[in-house]
Amino acid sequence: MNVLPAFRLSETDSTREAVFPGEKPVLVAFVKEDCPTCREVMPVLARLREAFADVVDMHIVGQTVDGNRVLTARSGVPLLDDSALGVSFAWSVETVPTLFLADESGRQRAQLVGFVRDEWQALANDLASEQELPPPEIDWSALPAWRPGCGSLSVDPHNEARLRAEAEGSPLRARRIEIGSLDDEHEFLFDQGFSDGLPLVPPTPERVLRMLSGTRRDAQEVVALVPPNLAAATVEKIAINAVMAGCRPEYLPVVLAAVEAVCNEKYNIHGVMATTMGASPVLVVNGPIRHRLGMNMGLGALGQGNRANATIGRALRLVVRNIGGAQPGGTERSTLGNPMKFTMCFPEWEERSPWEPLHVERGFAAGESVVTAYTASSGPVLMVDQDSRTASQLAGSFGLALEAMFGVKQHYATDTLLVVVPEHVDTLWRDGYTKADIRRRIQEVSARPISELLANETSATGFKATYAEGRTAEQLAARIPKFRREEDILIVVAGGEAGKFSGAFHGWAIGDIGSVPVSKAIDPWM
Amino acid sequence: MNVILDPTSESVPVTRQLTPRSGALSGRVSLLDIAKPRGNVLLDRVETLLRERHPGIEVQRFSKPTFTKPAPDALRQEVRAVSDFVIEGLAD
Repeated sequence: MNVLPAFRLSETDSTREAVFPGEKPVLVAFVKEDCPTCREVMPVLARLREAFADVVDMHIVGQTVDGNRVLTARSGVPLLDDSALGVSFAWSVETVPTLFLADESGRQRAQLVGFVRDEWQALANDLASEQELPPPEIDWSALPAWRPGCGSLSVDPHNEARLRAEAEGSPLRARRIEIGSLDDEHEFLFDQGFSDGLPLVPPTPERVLRMLSGTRRDAQEVVALVPPNLAAATVEKIAINAVMAGCRPEYLPVVLAAVEAVCNEKYNIHGVMATTMGASPVLVVNGPIRHRLGMNMGLGALGQGNRANATIGRALRLVVRNIGGAQPGGTERSTLGNPMKFTMCFPEWEERSPWEPLHVERGFAAGESVVTAYTASSGPVLMVDQDSRTASQLAGSFGLALEAMFGVKQHYATDTLLVVVPEHVDTLWRDGYTKADIRRRIQEVSARPISELLANETSATGFKATYAEGRTAEQLAARIPKFRREEDILIVVAGGEAGKFSGAFHGWAIGDIGSVPVSKAIDPWM
Repeated sequence: MNVILDPTSESVPVTRQLTPRSGALSGRVSLLDIAKPRGNVLLDRVETLLRERHPGIEVQRFSKPTFTKPAPDALRQEVRAVSDFVIEGLAD
């Protein structure tokens, strides 16, 4: 039989304590004053208490201090103070009144929920006969046959998560920080250095528990070691930062997958944070989760105004800051920084694209939800073309615009993530342009003879002047495209229906010496 | 009293002490190039000056594969094992 949790409670306004289990069988009733059924059964409880006074302990547990006072004043019996709700929670009381009968070792013998007259009468009479007492003098016929109970305060949404966190077996292990009652909690979070410069949502145990409901993963599972400190990021620690960023629980799997992606060695978040150049992760979300989270892939997709877009990207940055230890002026040393260091996350508008979406190109199934981390040093830089009417012209404009990345003479230096807007999609697709065609055209248009890329009086970037030594004019006429490989041009679709302004994120150092885009499935983190 | 949960790793970094400075330069001096553009130009000059002014010392050169990532463990261990002094060109 079920052994009920032990407790010790004081009576309201008294130092007298009740201990469970005791030395006798025991009746424990949970009540709250604002419940009409509880008020109605209080005289019954008082009679039971009196009738069994010598042979059975009777504990009436009330859930509010003021309510206990009222009930005691009316009934003349003392109530135990469970205004902290710890016992109600531990006993899994969902409804008040609930009446328990337990034996002297604390084993549960009966549990009556709400008020069903016949049940209460049978329990009272059975207990009396067991104790060789007459049935208690209660006018049962004057009582209603049945009354539903009310919700216990311990399952009230305002209390339940806190109680779960406080109870034994809570999944939370993070250090608890108490903020003085005279301190402003928002100022405290700034003072502790947890913030990116904007206000944070205080990560209370209640909020963190709610955040953890967004994943079935164990709260203590280590998702990744986060550079630069290579600190273990548990699901719980990431959830804390997601709370601070303003995420809803259903966003958490995307944040977890994003942390996994950027902490991949190929992605090299250490360098992305440390570089003086000012790089930052850009997250692209693909698959069904975009719709479930209500992400914005249309008008203003790369801007402000959508909670999921804004807070998922911010949560990742807070994880890297607070768990990984990358802080500006410490190991984060960007010369200028950029606003993407606050947040940059958007979904691809797959339904508006005639092409394979990014995650399918990268080897995932169309029905999978995937987050791709790309490193940008600047962007979205607009490629303004309201005039081209053919795909060849428009992709040509892209190529010319992209030539400016890092500097016109710097070829093979980086990669790009193009965000093609709907009106441009239509122009390209009307001529049947595939993503491969766009890439080929960009490479074609941006190719320049080496002779034009040599360091000279105009600019010392590009090929070193000494490169020309010993090479023929023909060799120096060889044309070099902007990108080392066509796959260094990533293409997605997003943005509003009106406007011929596609965007380009400009990359950072690429390949083994820099950052390689990494995609991770989100579904395993649900 | 409001309670929040610590968003950091809760780890306390080890405080390392500087090796005592003898005030003299001797033994094996390693120059570590992190592979940032023109870092080698600076270190070439440093090596020249060291050889001129401290003919008794042994100068060694090491390079990281890329400036964007921490030095590989093997390189760190090697530099530590064979050096009395290390000068690292931290670029910009």
